[in-house]
Amino acid sequence: MSESRLPGWKDLTLGLAILEPMSARNNLTGSWRSERPVWDHTKCIKCGVCQMYCPEACISQDADGYFQADMDYCKGCGICSRECWTQCITMQQEEV
Amino acid sequence: MAKAAPQSLRKGIEVSISMAEAAMQANVDVVAAYPITPQTHIVEHLSELVADGRLDAEFVPVESEHSAMSACCGSSASGARTYTATSSQGLALMHEILYIASALRLPIVMAVANRALSGPISIWNDHGDIMAERDTGWIQVFVENGQEAYDMTFHAFRVAEDHGVLLPYMINFDGFILSHVIEPIVYWSQELVDQYIGLYEPMLRLDTKNPITMGPVGIPDIYLETRKAHDFVLRESKATIVKAWDEMEKLVGRRYRPIETYKTDGARILLLTMGGVSETAMTAVDALREAGLPVGLVRIRLWRPFPFEELYEAVKDCEVLGVVDRCLSTGGPGGPVASEIKGALYHKDKRPKVVEFIAGIGGRDVRVEDFQDMAKKTLSVADGAPLPPFELVGVRE
Repeated sequence: MSESRLPGWKDLTLGLAILEPMSARNNLTGSWRSERPVWDHTKCIKCGVCQMYCPEACISQDADGYFQADMDYCKGCGICSRECWTQCITMQQEEV
Repeated sequence: MAKAAPQSLRKGIEVSISMAEAAMQANVDVVAAYPITPQTHIVEHLSELVADGRLDAEFVPVESEHSAMSACCGSSASGARTYTATSSQGLALMHEILYIASALRLPIVMAVANRALSGPISIWNDHGDIMAERDTGWIQVFVENGQEAYDMTFHAFRVAEDHGVLLPYMINFDGFILSHVIEPIVYWSQELVDQYIGLYEPMLRLDTKNPITMGPVGIPDIYLETRKAHDFVLRESKATIVKAWDEMEKLVGRRYRPIETYKTDGARILLLTMGGVSETAMTAVDALREAGLPVGLVRIRLWRPFPFEELYEAVKDCEVLGVVDRCLSTGGPGGPVASEIKGALYHKDKRPKVVEFIAGIGGRDVRVEDFQDMAKKTLSVADGAPLPPFELVGVRE
């Protein structure tokens, strides 16, 4: 982020309060990721453990009942892969 | 309440009780406090006022001062007028939350009965507790007597809740020598109080219908700017502080200034004090003046924001300034007040020498004769004696 886009001290809200609810969504933490989770649907039993453990709450269920991560927010922490009961999630190296 | 003529009541009352009643007159919404030692009668009396139905407020008896200040932050953030009181170890236990209260710009008012910190275990008066909280970003005043402690409670709410300020406010009053003594105090009528402080209208508040986040992370990109903004508003609050004292003078006739002077005209040396010992020092100055010695007194009322200009104006014409600290900066330069005074004067071309005394530590009496002795030692420096190192007044060899 360039220096000029950051607010000066006179521009801050009172006590640095955040006035817009859910504005953390504007922060696309997916840019931190070096590995991405990939689901193997042949092994997936649609149990939802990956969704429950995701610390970013960025895993959702699609129309067919399978799970997927929102790559705007997935940091690639690998917790879903670690916790998956059937080991259907593998972490794959991101390539630039 | 019956309509009373302004200032019609003069009560002989314990200073702590009068401060509790001032908080009641200020119609506080929440009092969160740790109710046992170290504590004063302020919160004990407030709990009675709430239990007796005389004050419509929530009294939260928490399990520690850390929790007391945390609960105060929560209630103030929700828009409630919030008050608490503490002392010594209790203030120390609040330490980390004090910074949060001010950084979140929460106008909490707190009375601090200044007392020594352990160890050894002490319950007696000095300024060791508050000097450790110097940089917490609160407005801090030191009062000299019971009337001032009572009056300053209204000033505190008036200033803290001003939308140009919105900072917490500590009223420092000396433990025991003020907190537990009975003094004649002129009460304000409820009409005057209401006129002076009005209702608290928060600029921001926690409200589930309009959710906001208070107290987010300040990453390195923004932390510095928040500190600058905090420092700026605390410095700028001096104008509001003085204006509110001006208005108080119009309402009740008592005049309060950031720095007070006493018999400084023609004084070659001045003593400088803060808090309740000032009245003893004035008695000493009276006696010395009668004996023909050119001595006077300067008292600091406003400690944060520090009144640099007013201080310089008060001391610039004397030859030597004898600063009387109530706290020892162990292994450091001596007394914390003297350090600040010297810092404030360092860049001035014309400035007095500073002699440092540390007196009244851990409840040791500071008598009129002690102040006379300090004034004479200060005068001897003006007459050419070498500048002595800081002196722990009354310490036995």
